[in-house]
Amino acid sequence: MLSNWFPNVIWENLWLATKETLYMTGIALVATFVLGILLGLLLFLTSKGQMWENKMINIIISAVVNIFRSIPFIILIILLIPFTIIVVGSMLGAKAALPALIVGAAPFYARMVEIGLREVDKGVIEAARSMGAKTSTIIFKVLLPESMPALVSGITVTAIALVGYTAMAGAIGAGGLGDLAYKEGFQRTKNDVTLLATIVILLIVFVIQFIGDLITSKLDKR
Amino acid sequence: MITLSKVSKVFSTKSLQSQPIKAVDEVNLTINKGEIFGIIGYSGAGKSTLIRMLNGLETPSTGSVVVAGNTISSIKGRNLRKARQEISMIFQHFNLLWSRTVHDNIAFPLEIAGVKKSERQKRVNELIKLVGLEGRENAYPSQLSGGQKQRVGIARALANNPKVLLCDEATSALDPQTTDSILELLVDINNRLGLTIVLITHEMHVIRKICHRVAVMEGGRIVEQGPVLDVFQNPAAQITKRFVQQVTEPAETKDTVDHLLENYPQGKVVQLTFVGENTESPLITKLIRNFQLDVNIVQGKISQTQSGSYGTLFIHMDGSDEEISRAITYIKEQQVGVEVISNAE
Repeated sequence: MLSNWFPNVIWENLWLATKETLYMTGIALVATFVLGILLGLLLFLTSKGQMWENKMINIIISAVVNIFRSIPFIILIILLIPFTIIVVGSMLGAKAALPALIVGAAPFYARMVEIGLREVDKGVIEAARSMGAKTSTIIFKVLLPESMPALVSGITVTAIALVGYTAMAGAIGAGGLGDLAYKEGFQRTKNDVTLLATIVILLIVFVIQFIGDLITSKLDKR
Repeated sequence: MITLSKVSKVFSTKSLQSQPIKAVDEVNLTINKGEIFGIIGYSGAGKSTLIRMLNGLETPSTGSVVVAGNTISSIKGRNLRKARQEISMIFQHFNLLWSRTVHDNIAFPLEIAGVKKSERQKRVNELIKLVGLEGRENAYPSQLSGGQKQRVGIARALANNPKVLLCDEATSALDPQTTDSILELLVDINNRLGLTIVLITHEMHVIRKICHRVAVMEGGRIVEQGPVLDVFQNPAAQITKRFVQQVTEPAETKDTVDHLLENYPQGKVVQLTFVGENTESPLITKLIRNFQLDVNIVQGKISQTQSGSYGTLFIHMDGSDEEISRAITYIKEQQVGVEVISNAE
């Protein structure tokens, strides 16, 4: 029946494209999570009045984050081609999209991490210091757990942005659902392929949002 | 146990025009082992800054702070962190980790101190019993009342067997009844564990109820200090008088006295101040029996402090002028403070 509605869809290709999208989003998300938290922590800790207050480092990280956050993703991919070739060895395929995806998403997430960390009650940090906690203890036992709902809802938003980025990455031959919709659907005027690729992307986004909301509400004991 | 010598703290302000703020100004203070020491002052008096220098959350600009043998004002890093485990603190807003249960909040300082898990478990159970939170171990702070949260704060502060407990406005966010129960817990801990307690507050009620000695702060300086009863009896500084009035004179006293002066133009309204055992002697009966006077009680109040009771009584005496002045002399002989409020001529 589905074949009647979507006569031009080659199911194998759709499945392959979905897998590629999930692969790109998944790997990039994990890397973004780690890198974003690292950058966010640095941004927070080096800011005024914090444990590692350092104006110079703060300004540098802040500038780097702002620059990469401001470059439109489609341009960022092109700019990063030489870098990608060095790291991945090729500029084609899902793997080749990863550096651009991570470089594009991590700064975006880092800002959200920074905002989340700022929301942590200063009194609680002070209490931990008054107990004789080291900075590393404060990071791992106070800052990160106390901001976890914000970190999770932030990564949910970032994950959805990443799904969008993977579609754009398709334009430079990374594969995935965006690539399918564009090359198969748009360029060969098979509108049903475009439509179905869109539906699958929407489904992925809904599932990500649902899981993110669920974890956030489970974590939040406030 | 705690010695502050010539401690000052200056905060530089951002704008060039304004002067740097001297939050604490040349403070000298000695607090003995096992003592409950209160520091009272209005907000901005510098008491918060002062108490934060006792555990190194603030460093003094000049002067030295010695707590339990550690020169807090100069040690850093590992040594400071080690010293802090012997100086715990409880806070006005409790500062519990919302992401941890009651049990895990109390275990937190033990984790910091590197206590093994099995011992942690044992210690946490003891502490939960000590502060009366049995059955709430697995609750999150958001499920607790203010008083219960402060109990968790106290249990957490006691976890590493500290020598000193600092209380930063620990009862200011609580209702009067809860305040009393928390204060009782603090006295109990002080008696049982022999812990030195330093507390800052703006409520004289708190000082009256649990402190042995008190220091009054104004504009970064300690303007008056001494045993609580002495300070209640003879407040020297103007600000101390105001604080003492908080607990001894209910607001309506002045209205009552004014009303009385209007209605009874004869005689005199007198304020009597009793300290210690005098509060229990039948002074009024003796006045009426020995003098040709009508005595009318206007208002009275007895406050309990840690080292004895303190009372004020307003009476209206009517009779001949000689008789009244003889009576006043008699009262003075009984070691009772007398102050004629106003002559109703």
